[in-house]
Amino acid sequence: MAREEKRKDVVIVGLGWTGSILGIELADEGLEVLALERGPDRDTVPDFQYPDVADELRYGIRYGFMQKPRNSTITLRHGLDDTALPYRQLGSFLPGDGVGGAGIHWNGHNWRAMEEEFRLRSYVEEEFGADIIPEGMTIQDWGVTYEELEPHFDRFEYMAGIAGQAGNINGEIIPGGNPFEAPRSRDFPMPPLPQTLNGRMFKAATEAMGLHPFPRPAANASEAYVNEYGMQLGPCNYCGFCERYGCLNYSKASPQTCILDALKRRPNFSYRTRCEVLKVEKAADGKTATGVTYWDEEAGEEVFQPADLVILAAYQLHNTHLMLLSGLGEPYDPRTGEGVTGKNYAYQMSGGTSMFFEDVEFNPFVGAGSNGYCIDDYAINQIDFAAEGFIGGSYISTSQTNGQPIRSMRVPGDVPKWGAGWKEGIKKWYGHSMSIGSHGSNMAYRDCYLDLDPTYKDPHGRPLMRLTFDWKDNDIRMTQFMRRQIEPIAQSMNPTSWASGYKQEGARYDIRPYQTTHNVGGTIMGEDPKTSVLNRYLQCWDVHNVFAMGAGAFPQNIQYNPTGVVGALAYWASDAIRKDYLTNPRPLV
Amino acid sequence: MSTRDFRSTRRQFLQGGAAGAALSTVARPLAAQEPPVPLEQYEAEFFDAGEWAFVMAATARLIPSEGDGPGALETRVPVFIDREMAGEFGQAATWYMEGPHQPDAAPLFGYQSPLSPAEVYRGGIAAFNEWCSSEHGAGFADLDADTQDAALTALEAGDVPLAPELRDFFALLLQNTKEGYFADPRHGGNHGMASWVHIGFPGARASFLEWTDPSKDDVPYPLGPVSISGERA
Repeated sequence: MAREEKRKDVVIVGLGWTGSILGIELADEGLEVLALERGPDRDTVPDFQYPDVADELRYGIRYGFMQKPRNSTITLRHGLDDTALPYRQLGSFLPGDGVGGAGIHWNGHNWRAMEEEFRLRSYVEEEFGADIIPEGMTIQDWGVTYEELEPHFDRFEYMAGIAGQAGNINGEIIPGGNPFEAPRSRDFPMPPLPQTLNGRMFKAATEAMGLHPFPRPAANASEAYVNEYGMQLGPCNYCGFCERYGCLNYSKASPQTCILDALKRRPNFSYRTRCEVLKVEKAADGKTATGVTYWDEEAGEEVFQPADLVILAAYQLHNTHLMLLSGLGEPYDPRTGEGVTGKNYAYQMSGGTSMFFEDVEFNPFVGAGSNGYCIDDYAINQIDFAAEGFIGGSYISTSQTNGQPIRSMRVPGDVPKWGAGWKEGIKKWYGHSMSIGSHGSNMAYRDCYLDLDPTYKDPHGRPLMRLTFDWKDNDIRMTQFMRRQIEPIAQSMNPTSWASGYKQEGARYDIRPYQTTHNVGGTIMGEDPKTSVLNRYLQCWDVHNVFAMGAGAFPQNIQYNPTGVVGALAYWASDAIRKDYLTNPRPLV
Repeated sequence: MSTRDFRSTRRQFLQGGAAGAALSTVARPLAAQEPPVPLEQYEAEFFDAGEWAFVMAATARLIPSEGDGPGALETRVPVFIDREMAGEFGQAATWYMEGPHQPDAAPLFGYQSPLSPAEVYRGGIAAFNEWCSSEHGAGFADLDADTQDAALTALEAGDVPLAPELRDFFALLLQNTKEGYFADPRHGGNHGMASWVHIGFPGARASFLEWTDPSKDDVPYPLGPVSISGERA
């Protein structure tokens, strides 16, 4: 029998980026807001403090800030007729847990999606014809436009303190920025980050080829900054411990550095840690939720938390899992194409070329999470999909984030993996390489989705979520196209040697090597309850007092890192809740 | 539910309390460090005597002492591996280990053994030593260096018959050897930060903003490493 807690106006599941944004926005509306976080509490001090956090083994290799598969994981299979096996040890993607979630251990690459990406199916059909969309590809429009999201992108960027160079302000192309980006209403709040040598070399090489390099938009502060909540950031000191680490320097935007200390001072906000939500409870009529049931780890008991409004703000995979377990939306069936919950899971297609320079010293440990130059000359809105034979695109960039030797020891292919030759090779080549990477889109397909596993259970006895996913020809053609653009750039820089790594025809999804944590879909937004589980305000079509945040809303993946879009969508949804829903709770569409 | 006094920590840090404490940790003089027990006298926590002899011998071939730079033994890699096997990693404490298991699944699905890494070492060392005895007439630790290299090469290539649940043995051994070589010395290996000196990694210094200035392009960073405990090399 679950203990019942005192009713709250709002219960938020998960206290990462979106939970923190919805928390402060709804607390400022005067509501009683409670956030439930399944992991531990975390703050800059003591959890990210120098020197303890500068420990590659503990955090970079043993994933100290990540979700523990023992507590929560998924199973994987490649196809509908296969048996799925558990993701037992982290590799391909690294969901966070604990206060701050994945928002503490990202690098800070902060992007807006392109205008065309929000209406991708319409764009493809209008520009190239519906017949270029391959059989089984299930791309959709988002139901929200770039223009509608622009003020919310702007707000997220000014809240998080993004360092960058605008390329298009209200239609005027600005030299030095990205000329292919959608119009923004004003420049970034901070100037671009300082660059390292690899960035200067990439900029010179791409400019010489007539391309358009611009500094990466970075959630690493380039100067002192105070945001709208009164939170202070300090300039990044290029410590080289960014991705997989909490920021020791109050420089990388995270819930901790940008929101949480302000939110914790709101008397009508509270949060409880080590409280894992097991289920969203529905009222007898099935049209509203009554609250959530969670497991209180310290008390060792189930608790029912009544609330008028339920915000799912966990990581994409966990939001989908919770919706499947709670009967929110009809589960998606890949054989009929019907149902919506779990539909259109997509990942990210990346590749890269490493270059080795015998006589150049890069000092690779000098790194911010997001410094580097990018080009968008091969972006989604720059490619003739009909001519190239694929739908999608990539941004191309160089970065130097860290020189941590266990995981960042690039050596040419002729260096052996162990023995005297390896020891000689690491001395010769550490510090003498840079790379150019492509970070690209991944389309949605009818048979790539999420459902409940029939065999494996989590510690609460609930079925694990099952991921059915494999690479498709379309996306492999896209990454091979990027290879053909990147290799001439690399060769023009005259390296001693170079080596490429891009997925080739027939590649199967391999869950072992880290790729990205940019899992999307599963709780997609859209214009029609038959084809999406959320409406354009991230509101559950079926249960109107449940809203789900995060990259689960993406109907297919964008070519960029997702956090900027996740942040903008959170402000878009919170705006709709504040201005429209609270005065008259109902389906907003 | 757990709570923390969050209201004071950030302010204290900015006022210098916590920052001062952190700096004094880094500045602790090297003389304060206890010299470690010599490797030959180290009493392993996890491995028995035969297994320890194997770990000493095998890591000494994966990162040999000969040539420029330290080897696995000079950097006390075996101590690191022993501590890892006795700890969370060796016990698979954070991994999902529920059955059913399919250890012969395609490698693309990652770790599928029902055994923890520590159990893989235990079973893998026994099976590999047996193979060395039948193929080369002695356990691995008693072979000459060239034969050891040949045996490890066979193990890496999958030419040593191992049960499927032990198939990650070589990959784990090599991964842990490199971890022990490069990790902060607080974890038992990388003694004296010798591997960091070898390649030119400055360790936990974690502050390099002035090194982004174009005048520093192509200039090797001049300072040696520091460890988390404040050791300098």
